[in-house]
Amino acid sequence: MKSDFIQESNFSAMPTSEAILEAEKVTVHYGSFMALRETYINIPKNQITAFIGPSGCGKSTLLRCFNRMNDLIPGAKVGGKIRFHGENLHDRKFDKRIEEIRRRIGMVFQKPNPFSKTIYENIAFGARINGYRGDMDELVERSLRQAALWDEAKDKLKQSGLSLSGGQQQRLCIARAIAVQPEVILMDEPCSALDPISTLRIEELLHELEERYTIIIVTHNMQQASRVSDMTAFFNVKATESGQRQGYLAEYDRTEVIFQNPKEQVTQEYVSGRFG
Amino acid sequence: MSTSRPIADLDSPSESNFNVALPSRHGLDKIFEVASWVATFVGLIVLAALLIDTVVDSLPRLSWGFITNFPSTRAVAAGVLPALVGTLWLLVLTTLVAFPLGVGAGIYLEEYAPDNLFTRAIEINISNLAAVPSIIYGLLGLQVFVRWLLPVTGGRSILAGALTLALLVLPIIIITTRESLRAIPGSLRQAGFALGATRWQVIREHIFPLALPGILTGTILAISRAIGETAPLIVVGAATFITFLPTNLQSKFTALPIQIFNWVSRPVVANPDKNFQFNAAAGIVVLMVVLLGMNSIAIFLRNKFQKGRA
Ligand SMILES: Nc1ncnc2c1ncn2[C@@H]1O[C@H](COP(=O)(O)OP(=O)(O)OP(=O)(O)O)[C@@H](O)[C@H]1O
Ligand SMILES: [Mg+2]
Repeated sequence: MKSDFIQESNFSAMPTSEAILEAEKVTVHYGSFMALRETYINIPKNQITAFIGPSGCGKSTLLRCFNRMNDLIPGAKVGGKIRFHGENLHDRKFDKRIEEIRRRIGMVFQKPNPFSKTIYENIAFGARINGYRGDMDELVERSLRQAALWDEAKDKLKQSGLSLSGGQQQRLCIARAIAVQPEVILMDEPCSALDPISTLRIEELLHELEERYTIIIVTHNMQQASRVSDMTAFFNVKATESGQRQGYLAEYDRTEVIFQNPKEQVTQEYVSGRFG
Repeated sequence: MSTSRPIADLDSPSESNFNVALPSRHGLDKIFEVASWVATFVGLIVLAALLIDTVVDSLPRLSWGFITNFPSTRAVAAGVLPALVGTLWLLVLTTLVAFPLGVGAGIYLEEYAPDNLFTRAIEINISNLAAVPSIIYGLLGLQVFVRWLLPVTGGRSILAGALTLALLVLPIIIITTRESLRAIPGSLRQAGFALGATRWQVIREHIFPLALPGILTGTILAISRAIGETAPLIVVGAATFITFLPTNLQSKFTALPIQIFNWVSRPVVANPDKNFQFNAAAGIVVLMVVLLGMNSIAIFLRNKFQKGRA
């Protein structure tokens, strides 16, 4: 157990594994608007961390800091440090290695967004551009199996990824993310467009993936957060004097603590549905 | 809640905030349907009348000889060969110059360029350029390609003409390229970047192939327009009476619209040997066949690329 794991005094719980990602005093602006204020959070390796909180509190914003997707948003400024294996990803020296960061920290989006290519190519693309030299057929099969899509897709690898159902497309996107062998997978509400059965399949999948990957999942579904995650971070918004709504990390702890015995009143209200 | 009423009562205003007024809404609907039908039909009729008139006029001249003959002082013997070949040269050269430049510039502006004052100024200028009258491009071509670049173009040459036309279509190709790229959802770009792809890899593999059909259609339409242009070619000095075919980029040249313009402007006389009006009509038919050919290629390419991707 690392004693420095939770940095702020009111976060007392200590996860049982080392941190792979550490956010230190991370503040994000969009133009002059501060979307996320001074966030400290350590993400434990090979565990599932859930981000919950009301809309607009900066969950997606923080998620995008971890693989520098905010670089693509004009006007977005990230302050503070994001450490990956102890090294600050926002350091200038990583500017030339963003592609490598993004390969090692994958992302699955809220809306399934398969490429307009065959199922096979959807998965092979990431491997190919990252210079994968192994057996591509085998990689495609392995990734599809890990994403629990192989049985449904094995007879139509040459068909368009868009010919799959929404839930299958999302699993294809997960397979695609796995195929480049990342260490971390960031998932931004991956089940929000899915039916309960597909959602359940993806949740089962998450448990299998946990052995090999570190997962951060944003979700609005309290049951989902409590079912799948080891750690839960509750984000909240507060209005400043000038009326701007700033997001901040309100409480971060083991999932069972957050859901059964949170320290903060707002967390208690939010997880029990008596919020706002 | 009140008890349910029969449906026939629904548009009675009693105890309801809704004035459904279906009959008058349907009436309005019908009026607009008829109006848009009339608009379509008027356009079609005028177009068909023009076409039929031209084709009928062209019949006395339209023959294989008309296509393989050089111009002549005798109307019955005059043909469009140098003009047709000149137009085909212009077509190929203009495309070779304008397509890569226009698509490249479009990709840069849409995908790479930062959004700042400078790029926004460029953007506004390109939109304005697309609206500049073609004769202005002719004047520009005359100064730049015919005079300044004389050693390269050889003066009033087919190369100078093609470069001028390329300039004319460039803004349109840039704009079409940008619009086609913009229509591709950003989520695809994000998907590519999130896998560690560079910008070029994302564009090449995912964005450009999807945008290509739109880019091709826009480009071919723009070039079709350019091929029908007369004014800029007259200004850069296309000849009207040419008795040889272009042999290199610096050859003198003529083109179908120039030839047609020349024939149309001759006086209408009774003597069939001196009446070039029929030649003009036949020339128009040839030009239209060339343009239809190009548009079919556009449709073919679009279908091919749309099928080509999964
Ligand atoms: N690209 C952007 N440009 C400007 N402001 C943005 C952008 N993305 C997010 N914001 C703002 O930042 C704040 C946080 O947004 P974010 O998307 O991180 O919220 P979220 O917690 O993910 O919400 P949700 O649960 O609705 O997805 C919001 O106020 C939002 O308006
Ligand atoms: Mg979000």
